[in-house]
Amino acid sequence: MEIDRELDLKGEVCPFTFVKSKLMIEQMKTGEVLRVILDYRPSVDNVPKSFQMEGQEVLAVNQIEDNLWEVLVRKVR
Amino acid sequence: MSFDFTEEQIKRYSRHIILPEVGGVGQKKLLNAKVLVIGAGGLGSPSLYYLAAAGVGTIGIVDFDVVDFSNLQRQILHNTSRVGVPKVESAKMTIEALNPDVKVIAYNEKIQKNNVLDIIKDYDIVLDGSDNFPTRFLINDACYFLGKPLVSAAILRFEGQLTVFDYRDKKNSPCYRCLFPEPPPPGMVPSCQEAGLLGVVGGIMGTLQANEALKLILEIGEPLVGKLLVFDALYTEFRTVRLRKDKKCNLCGEEQKIKELIEYEQACEIHF
Repeated sequence: MEIDRELDLKGEVCPFTFVKSKLMIEQMKTGEVLRVILDYRPSVDNVPKSFQMEGQEVLAVNQIEDNLWEVLVRKVR
Repeated sequence: MSFDFTEEQIKRYSRHIILPEVGGVGQKKLLNAKVLVIGAGGLGSPSLYYLAAAGVGTIGIVDFDVVDFSNLQRQILHNTSRVGVPKVESAKMTIEALNPDVKVIAYNEKIQKNNVLDIIKDYDIVLDGSDNFPTRFLINDACYFLGKPLVSAAILRFEGQLTVFDYRDKKNSPCYRCLFPEPPPPGMVPSCQEAGLLGVVGGIMGTLQANEALKLILEIGEPLVGKLLVFDALYTEFRTVRLRKDKKCNLCGEEQKIKELIEYEQACEIHF
């Protein structure tokens, strides 16, 4: 899968993980994919949930290391 | 598109950015907006404070008074150590301490026929928080001539009123003169002894004024155009009365008789 933008949010907590992810996706074009890296466990649930509520398409949530996750989101609107 | 928010701004406005109706796009609109508030008193205090907190980037404040002890029961921008200081200066200090993103432009002068158009012309939205009829009519007529949206509120005793006149759409929006064609005769205006006010009523109505201004900037919801909201603090009741455009209105009616600004006489020179 092609990733258009990546955001490393290690060290960030809620709600700023979502705030920063959302600001990034707002600046992207429709159809583009954002990869967010998270190390704060609650954000791994909250960021995808908030994106879904805003009508974006969450493509995947994967654990990539101990205490490290990626969220892939496609901008729909 | 690039937002260029600082880390501090991302934190400061995070609760706005999270909202689907606002986001980074909306926050940028707020930071680029220019709002003029007339009167830094009971209504202007809460409206100015919330507009500044929201990150409205340019805020003009008009007032020619100085802070008096009698103001402090409700005018929360000011404080005891500011008694004797011009209200616009005191307001500017409070706002700048709250949010350095806001550029405050202080007009330490009385709104008059010869300055009102010049003061209003560069702003997107005007909030009327003045305390007398001559000023209210001048602000209304000036906003009408310049095509600016006017968020109008008034308070007395335990009652407050609020409406929006959107003079960008003169064909459909009623105007202040549809509601009050002329200033009331002097006997009709409450005398100074009668003009008491529960301070919190200004807090409620001024906050609602800020809400209408933010909605207009963000272009969300429905502005309070063609409706008059009346608040009764004693019974905690809000009523909405429909405001119709008056075809015979001298300002916005079919035959426009008022074509220039009119300066009315003030019946009582004591200001609040």
